[in-house]
Amino acid sequence: MSALFRIEHLSKQFGGLKVTRDVSLDLVPGDRVALIGPNGAGKTTLVNLVTGQLRPDSGQVFFGGEDVTRLSDVARVRKGLVRTFQVTRLFSEMTPDEHVTLTILQRKGRATRILERFGHDPAIEFEAADILSTLGLTEVAHRPVAEIAYGQQRLLEIAIALALRPRVLLLDEPAAGVPSSETPRIEAALARLSSDLAVLLIEHDMDLVFRFARKVVVLNGGEIVFTGAPDAAAADPRVREAYLGSYAHASRVA
Amino acid sequence: MSETRPLAASGRRWPRDVIGLAAIALAGGAGYVLFPDSLAFLTRIISIALLVLSLDLLIGYCGIATLGQSALYGAGAYAAGIAAVNGLTDPVALIAVGALAGGVAGLLMGAVLLRAHGLPQLVLSIAFVQLFHEMANKAASITGGSDGLYGIAPGPLFGLFAFDLYGKTAFFAGLGLLLLVFAALSFVVRSPFGMTCRGIKEDPLRIRAMGIGVRPTLIKMFALSGAVAGMGGALGAIATQVVGLDSVSFELSANALVMLVLGGFGSLYGALIGTVIFLGVEHEVSAINPFHWMTLVGVMLIAVVLFAPRGLYGVMTDAVARWRGRP
Ligand SMILES: Nc1ncnc2c1ncn2[C@@H]1O[C@H](COP(=O)(O)OP(=O)(O)OP(=O)(O)O)[C@@H](O)[C@H]1O
Ligand SMILES: [Mg+2]
Repeated sequence: MSALFRIEHLSKQFGGLKVTRDVSLDLVPGDRVALIGPNGAGKTTLVNLVTGQLRPDSGQVFFGGEDVTRLSDVARVRKGLVRTFQVTRLFSEMTPDEHVTLTILQRKGRATRILERFGHDPAIEFEAADILSTLGLTEVAHRPVAEIAYGQQRLLEIAIALALRPRVLLLDEPAAGVPSSETPRIEAALARLSSDLAVLLIEHDMDLVFRFARKVVVLNGGEIVFTGAPDAAAADPRVREAYLGSYAHASRVA
Repeated sequence: MSETRPLAASGRRWPRDVIGLAAIALAGGAGYVLFPDSLAFLTRIISIALLVLSLDLLIGYCGIATLGQSALYGAGAYAAGIAAVNGLTDPVALIAVGALAGGVAGLLMGAVLLRAHGLPQLVLSIAFVQLFHEMANKAASITGGSDGLYGIAPGPLFGLFAFDLYGKTAFFAGLGLLLLVFAALSFVVRSPFGMTCRGIKEDPLRIRAMGIGVRPTLIKMFALSGAVAGMGGALGAIATQVVGLDSVSFELSANALVMLVLGGFGSLYGALIGTVIFLGVEHEVSAINPFHWMTLVGVMLIAVVLFAPRGLYGVMTDAVARWRGRP
């Protein structure tokens, strides 16, 4: 199958710090790829480059055969290149239902209409309720985000992404900061993702990575140091070295 | 904020809106009955209330820093004034001219201000209003310059009600305009557009990640805000039949901001309450001693910022909530 999404020789540096070094990667529909690497390896930066929050110094991003390197982040989202954030970015006074409704309205080109009542389109409300129920958020659908649990906020991040009907989904540590009692709900949400969607998952929890991914890409110092099957990754000396460099995660990999 | 929350249950919203509009109409009626000799002053309150509402749209709903809002108010005032001097006398048409001029000025201001954020944005807004001020001053042949623009003689409203000496027609025209604008804005802030703006205020990057463009949305709000401010300016021009340089001044912009902070931004009611309190107290106190007035403004501002960051409207809604919460 031809690549739905391709990164070619992407590089980025901040001041003198090379955070992304000649990274190339591609995804086909249905892919489940985990991107792992120690803290500061440049994982989030790579997502920012790919989705257009940052401009690369060199290299290209292709989406559906088209070079999108110069497109704005907004334009990329509209094409179906969607991300979630490592640190939740939500509107504290809005409800989950309002977040998802606004997102669906955008997809239909109606998010900035003035002469329309928000939340009064039955079809949209139905779809929003459906997405929220898929993620187990029905009970809190009408509570302000500031009042719901962090784990539920993480699920809402995913709900918003799904409301965009993505073709490529980049999940930046969806379980970060979530108590371990709640990670199964996030994992279940990941397991239910549509099978024609290409997913790149950034995750520190190796158990989750093993269950989710068929392919693992290891980033260290901005560079891809390993690409291959999950079991091979655990045994690979370069991967061990990457993690031993920052021993915070060494125990989890070993 | 209390206005966001009921969105989910918007079915219950419209009676509240009707109550709100009725309260404004009632307050206007009470003003008319209680202060029949001060109708010109009451009309000025309405005119400035439109300016403060327009400022709330930008600051309270979008998080844009501006101290130049009176540029938009002045654009409306001068456009209506100049049109009137040149033979356009229908008051409704003059208000429309004010809205249009304010809207265009708003687009211009948006294009400039959205190039920056935070403090630089604030500085740009001050430069913008100073520039407008200088333009109005220099183009004396059409604006009257520092002497003011005289000779505005509006025809009767709807061809029926002449603008009388006591300012009765102007007052009721103003009150009607305020009710219309308020009803429209109540709708707009709860439209998808209004929701997007609130989102932009809190986190523009999240809005972008939802696939919504931030700049075009804000530009739209600048145009809308300009139209509202411009109508306020046009109302002032029609009611006082003169336009002065003070209508495009840094001072008026800053006062509008003080009014908004006093009343509470991010709520349309807050904008109205702040305007009435500020101008009402100013009217009373500065007649006694202008120095006392400035002191009082300072004290009120400090008190609100420290103890009631959501303004007087916030204090009121909290009080109501507490009262309702009691068994
Ligand atoms: N905007 C920026 N300006 C300067 N340096 C940055 C910027 N963003 C990231 N960095 C640096 O780039 C490096 C990579 O950061 P990045 O957030 O991509 O790492 P990460 O792999 O996502 O780490 P983590 O696992 O902690 O999320 C870090 O050293 C970080 O300090
Ligand atoms: Mg990261």
